[in-house]
Amino acid sequence: MPGFNFDNYQRNKFLAAKGYPLPKATSTGTTIVGCRFDGGVVIAADTRATEGDIVADKNCEKLHRISPTIWCAGAGTAADCEFVTQLMSSTLELHALSTGRKPRVVTCLTLLKQHLFKYQGHVGAYLIVAGVDPTGPRLFSIHAHGSTDVGYYLSLGSGSMAAMAVLETKWKPSLTKEDAMSLCAEAIEAGIWNDLGSGSNVDMCVMEVDKPAVLFRNYRTPNERSTKEQSYMFARGTTAILKEKVRPVVDTVPFDIVQETIIQDVDKMEIDS
Amino acid sequence: MSDPSSINGGSVVAMVGKDCVAIGCDMRLGMQALTVSNDFPKIFQFNNAFLGLTGLATDVITLSEVFRYKVNLYNLREERKIEPETFANLVSSTLYEKRFGPYFVGPIVAGINSKSGDPYICGFDLIGCINFAKDFVVGGTSSDQLFGMCESLWEPNLEPDDLFETISQALLNAQDRDALSGWGAIVYVITKDKVVKRLLKTRQD
Repeated sequence: MPGFNFDNYQRNKFLAAKGYPLPKATSTGTTIVGCRFDGGVVIAADTRATEGDIVADKNCEKLHRISPTIWCAGAGTAADCEFVTQLMSSTLELHALSTGRKPRVVTCLTLLKQHLFKYQGHVGAYLIVAGVDPTGPRLFSIHAHGSTDVGYYLSLGSGSMAAMAVLETKWKPSLTKEDAMSLCAEAIEAGIWNDLGSGSNVDMCVMEVDKPAVLFRNYRTPNERSTKEQSYMFARGTTAILKEKVRPVVDTVPFDIVQETIIQDVDKMEIDS
Repeated sequence: MSDPSSINGGSVVAMVGKDCVAIGCDMRLGMQALTVSNDFPKIFQFNNAFLGLTGLATDVITLSEVFRYKVNLYNLREERKIEPETFANLVSSTLYEKRFGPYFVGPIVAGINSKSGDPYICGFDLIGCINFAKDFVVGGTSSDQLFGMCESLWEPNLEPDDLFETISQALLNAQDRDALSGWGAIVYVITKDKVVKRLLKTRQD
């Protein structure tokens, strides 16, 4: 049966009572922003994924594709963002085939909020959903408990206040595409530098009316690691080995053809009229 | 008295080299301070994909059997071997299914795509979030130490024999600074035409 499986629930509750709490899942710490401009919308995100205080992934992808022209940035529990986004992507594609129309951002929004509310916030997905559809460019944000907001500029995640400070200072109505892109990049950078849960690079996605969406993976990379001082390569034979086993990768068992007979020539096959 | 992922102990690490990948694990199975076994490998092979599983040992065993079952059915239905990227998504979905009652594991996947020859490694958290890496992935009770060792020792485009030395030294020195990992180590070096499995000589304390 598809969907969530609660088989381990009782065992885990028992363990938690005995003093073995649930370990930490990967969180995306995160700074994500979205901004409307004349003729489209742009979203951006940082690329740091944390597991407690450790950086688990220095260059993760927080921009998810829901449909070719609807993209989503996710903060909160990384697995929840990834899976809820994939679920929406599949559902929307089937819905679009069923209706015969291009998918709309409001549809995705409604599906997401109804799903997240059902799980009362336990699915920890905090998303900025944006895209262009037959009604025009749209920008929304969703919280894990199911509330949604509309806006011309939005930010979410642990670095949202750093980003919003930039957005509130520099946003104005009727931005050009280039202005919106640099504004979003600056807002994410504010999160990268000042928020400990965000870091590394800036990813961006620009969705313009009547144009294909463009994903700028690593639009800005202000944290490239400098060349290492020296190579730490070890001499071959440094590590002591007790046993060694080599197994060649065999694709198919080799065989010889003993006899070959052609039973029926395809070209001369009779075809029913 | 801490979390389930540090009752039994264990560590795994995987690295990418030039047209090769390497994956290694320790051999300890413990019950907190007591070492129960020094012959508990944590790497399992499924066609082209190698899975390293650390964490609660019962979940390590159960998941290795669950994936053996799923990959066997995949082989029967698809009539072909499963590729590392596909297997990684299978791991991710299997773990997320238990979102609100998870398996206490920290899996990593390593392998070479049989068609393209591209090396592939990735790690996961306990609920299936895929952490795709181009350099290395770590897991287990000595993951902090492994992060430090790998970040220092790893460099791109290492040949298989050099990659072996690098991953072995990263694993050995990290597990020596972790009370719950160690008691032996196994390293697999995987290239397009062969897999070399080596048992390392380590401290037995």
